[in-house]
Amino acid sequence: MKKHLLSIDDLTTDDIAMLFATAAEMHEVQRRDVKKLPALRGRTVINLFFEDSTRTRSSFEIAGKWLSADTINITGKGSSTSKGESLRDTVLTIASMGVDALVMRHSASGAAEQVSHWIDAAVINAGDGTHEHPSQALLDAYTLQRRFGSEGQLGSLDDKHVLIVGDLTHSRVFRSNVLCLTKLGARVTVVAPPTLMPSGVGPWSAEAGYATSYDLDEVLPKADAVMMLRVQKERMSGGFFPSPREYTVGYGLTRERLAVLGPDVPICHPGPMNRGLEIAADAADAAQSAVLEQVSAGVAVRMAVLYHLLAGEASA
Amino acid sequence: MSPAQPPEAEPTENPLPQGRVVLDQADIDRALTRISHEILEHNKGAADLVLLGIPTRGVGLARRIAARIATTEGTEVPVGALDITLYRDDLRKQPTRGPHHTEVPVSGVDGRTIVLVDDVLYSGRTIRAALDALKDLGRPDVVRLAVLVDRGHRELPIRADHVGKNLPSARSERVLVRLDEYDGVEGVWIA
Repeated sequence: MKKHLLSIDDLTTDDIAMLFATAAEMHEVQRRDVKKLPALRGRTVINLFFEDSTRTRSSFEIAGKWLSADTINITGKGSSTSKGESLRDTVLTIASMGVDALVMRHSASGAAEQVSHWIDAAVINAGDGTHEHPSQALLDAYTLQRRFGSEGQLGSLDDKHVLIVGDLTHSRVFRSNVLCLTKLGARVTVVAPPTLMPSGVGPWSAEAGYATSYDLDEVLPKADAVMMLRVQKERMSGGFFPSPREYTVGYGLTRERLAVLGPDVPICHPGPMNRGLEIAADAADAAQSAVLEQVSAGVAVRMAVLYHLLAGEASA
Repeated sequence: MSPAQPPEAEPTENPLPQGRVVLDQADIDRALTRISHEILEHNKGAADLVLLGIPTRGVGLARRIAARIATTEGTEVPVGALDITLYRDDLRKQPTRGPHHTEVPVSGVDGRTIVLVDDVLYSGRTIRAALDALKDLGRPDVVRLAVLVDRGHRELPIRADHVGKNLPSARSERVLVRLDEYDGVEGVWIA
């Protein structure tokens, strides 16, 4: 594996298989009384989050702690950046404390990549603007492989048809997921209203080998898995769709659409969910919903990422 | 393990080992049968026994011992796998490797008599790691150690309770264990 995890493109399919095999072992630890492994004892992981997050930050923190690393959280709010310190100075300051890994979320696309040039520590991109969120894509694919497997063995995504539905324009989860799922052999169709379909998606989808659609009802019956994305109100300056109700009618996973899905089709959502907007409560709480599995998988996958980036011989 | 630890061979990729055969298949069979009887004798039966093999080949050896105990005693002893990768003391000295599967029998380890099973006992660092890993799984009453080969050169105060063969060796020599279920050939070689 490369030194940093900035994009799914940093990983080969072998890397991903190795991460998932490790994650499966890490997953078992969650069921133990003593949730602690000594593998990263003495390593320090800093979560530097300039945007709000519950599950990504806390699961990276838990992942680090269960591997015995020292983890510290720094949020943009309340840090020196609010006093006007530049990103570079903030990052260099933190790196000078002797940090082994920096898990970073930032509103600017490419921020993690930029930071990786400034410091020696491993940089893990926990979301950069509308660019990528690789650990989310890994945990989504891992969750699906678990669902498609049996008796704890991971299944294959080969030729599985996965829908990614929602606000694609503002979604880093979509970008990482398309890369990850196609790498693992899945057929991906992304669905969005025309206003939320990113410009330039045509050439990219042709190159990366996935399909696009504006019509959820047409593709829904052919899905082996559905991934609903959050409507990101904080990134919308309005005008993308006339009303929330209209969005739900066209692109929400409603009770009626849930009935179209087979009972074994997993429903994923990276969270946080806007219940009643992109996903109905019936779908979110359905037996086939994988939303909470995604969260527990998130810890296991992030443990695997931290382990493979930090445990080995001093590459940093 | 320490630099002197035998290499962890990947199944199916091994050509027939070079060097002198120390144990052949029949020798291994006899050694495991004796170890099984020793375990039972020492434990006064199969009660509360749990066998935990250390991957890769320790797991196969543990299964074989359990099969012998089942034949002798008529009791199915729980068998599991205890991976020690995450507990190694030299993680930072090697490229990262993924953990093997750890399988804790449903019986758990609390209050049990655990017999750790490994193929070669050498520096003792694997067993040190296994004891640490075991501690995180629970609190056994007793922990014992069975190995197919003890080749000496301990670096820690650890000894085996049941040994298939004591094999004096030089540090420069390599001891290779091959088991049919992993390698398609069976025997112990020294080279």
